[in-house]
Amino acid sequence: MHRRYRPRTFALELLMIVIALLFAYPVFVLVKLSFADAGNYSGAWNGAHIGAAMVNSTIITIASLVCLILIGSTAAYYLARTHSRLSYGLYLLFLLGIVLPFQLALVPLYRFMKDTGLLGSYTSMVLFYTGLQIPFTIFLYTGFLRALPREYGEAALVDGATHWQSFTRVTFPLLRPITGTVVILNAVFIWNDFLTPLLYLGGTPNETLPVVVYQFVGQYVSNWGYIFAAVVMASLPILIVFLLMQRYVIKGFASGLKG
Amino acid sequence: MIGKAVVRSAGRHRFRRAGSPALWFAAPALALYGLIVIYPSLAGAIYAFTDWKGIGTAHWIGLENFKSLFTDDQSFGALVNTLKLTVVVVIVQNTIGLLLALGVHTLIRTRHVLRTVFFAPAVLSPVVLAFLWKYMFNPAPDAGLNALLGFLGLGFLQQNWLGDPSVALWAIAITVIWQFTGYSMVIFLAALQSIPAELEEAAALDGAGRFQRFRHVIFPLIAPAVTINLTLSTIGGLKIFDQVFAITNGGPGYATETLSTLIYKQAFVFGEFGYSTAVALVLALLVAGLALLQLRYLQSREVTY
Repeated sequence: MHRRYRPRTFALELLMIVIALLFAYPVFVLVKLSFADAGNYSGAWNGAHIGAAMVNSTIITIASLVCLILIGSTAAYYLARTHSRLSYGLYLLFLLGIVLPFQLALVPLYRFMKDTGLLGSYTSMVLFYTGLQIPFTIFLYTGFLRALPREYGEAALVDGATHWQSFTRVTFPLLRPITGTVVILNAVFIWNDFLTPLLYLGGTPNETLPVVVYQFVGQYVSNWGYIFAAVVMASLPILIVFLLMQRYVIKGFASGLKG
Repeated sequence: MIGKAVVRSAGRHRFRRAGSPALWFAAPALALYGLIVIYPSLAGAIYAFTDWKGIGTAHWIGLENFKSLFTDDQSFGALVNTLKLTVVVVIVQNTIGLLLALGVHTLIRTRHVLRTVFFAPAVLSPVVLAFLWKYMFNPAPDAGLNALLGFLGLGFLQQNWLGDPSVALWAIAITVIWQFTGYSMVIFLAALQSIPAELEEAAALDGAGRFQRFRHVIFPLIAPAVTINLTLSTIGGLKIFDQVFAITNGGPGYATETLSTLIYKQAFVFGEFGYSTAVALVLALLVAGLALLQLRYLQSREVTY
């Protein structure tokens, strides 16, 4: 029914553009104020240690993603290919982790990190994100594996390969589409996460981007030009990645949660 | 595509069912999940019944923490604020998200650009964007959101956004809705795009009006997207922390205190670890309970054709 571009379509087009302009208004304000003084950007770059924070965020995000992919896909292989009460029970236990808010574990986990001397390290963050996001990652991988015909991997098993060989050489490469979704959804979450890195890394040189921006705002309470330059620089890396890969990102967000 | 290839190969070979993979495939995941989520959550659920202060020993005090949670103004206010915020965010974000999805699911030439514009904030850091909104909520009539309202001739809507206790919570809601409406839109859009065009056309030929087609043909078909969106935004709303922490830190007074900011403050500002975990336990029960109820109710309404 919407086959032809009619005057009504044009009216809708105009309306949608006006809505988008209003929607983007805060961004115009942001960019305009950040460029109000040429010194804002260099000042914020140096003052907020944006460069170092980008490196920290990148290391923590990539290391966590590698752990999530390896640990999540192997666990899902077990859960999807084993039919026993134990495997079903474990699957439900992992699903529970999707709805359980991490706030309940917040204080005891903070104490654990403190007592083990991990507080302030990259390791503490990578452990945290891997443990926290493993349920969702397993949920995505298991759903995909259940829909994937098992004959693929079984052919290798019949030829004498072990499960590990069959998984690494045959099944894992077939998981690529869902691995893409796993990477996108977890990367956005980890990159933007705030409270835990504030608690674990605050005051150390390992602070991530959201944390350094928060600290920077605390120092320059009402110097909005400075603050907005920091906001723009902190947002650019993920915005650029999003614009370059938007088809995959939007697809991942739209479909990922159905598993 | 994959399915077809396999049906063919399965026809040629007869497979013997191979044994199952060993449990150690899941061992690393179990170990980390146990260490980071299960063990500390159980510990939290137990500390909720104690007066643990982080140092010294914790004493069992039964339901004391929960009693004060429901009688203390700040704590009970945080619970009420969290629920109010969640209801408003869920309704407004999904209504606008659905309307935007219907708008870009047409032949308009800018549909791809618009989709990108509306979705972009959802991939950015909530706490970083919160600072942009903190500025937008400037009380001066010629700055930020007030300036825009004045320009649009809506000066009567200008507010002392963050200074007025009856408005501040809605300022937080605006921030959240602005950032995540595009997320709802994208989920609705994917569902709309999966509806066969013939179905809509058939209904149009049967003389169904635009609204009737939406109500009786499209809406039932996008029910799974409604389920996902309502569940996601409910969970997100109940857990909200970053925006409140960055914009108002719970103020003015306790007007924007939420369960998550209360959990943070009780533990890391006041050292009341036991009380903090009690609030967290209430939040966990709320999130898990509401999410499961919603999923069951909404899925029972979904239709399959």
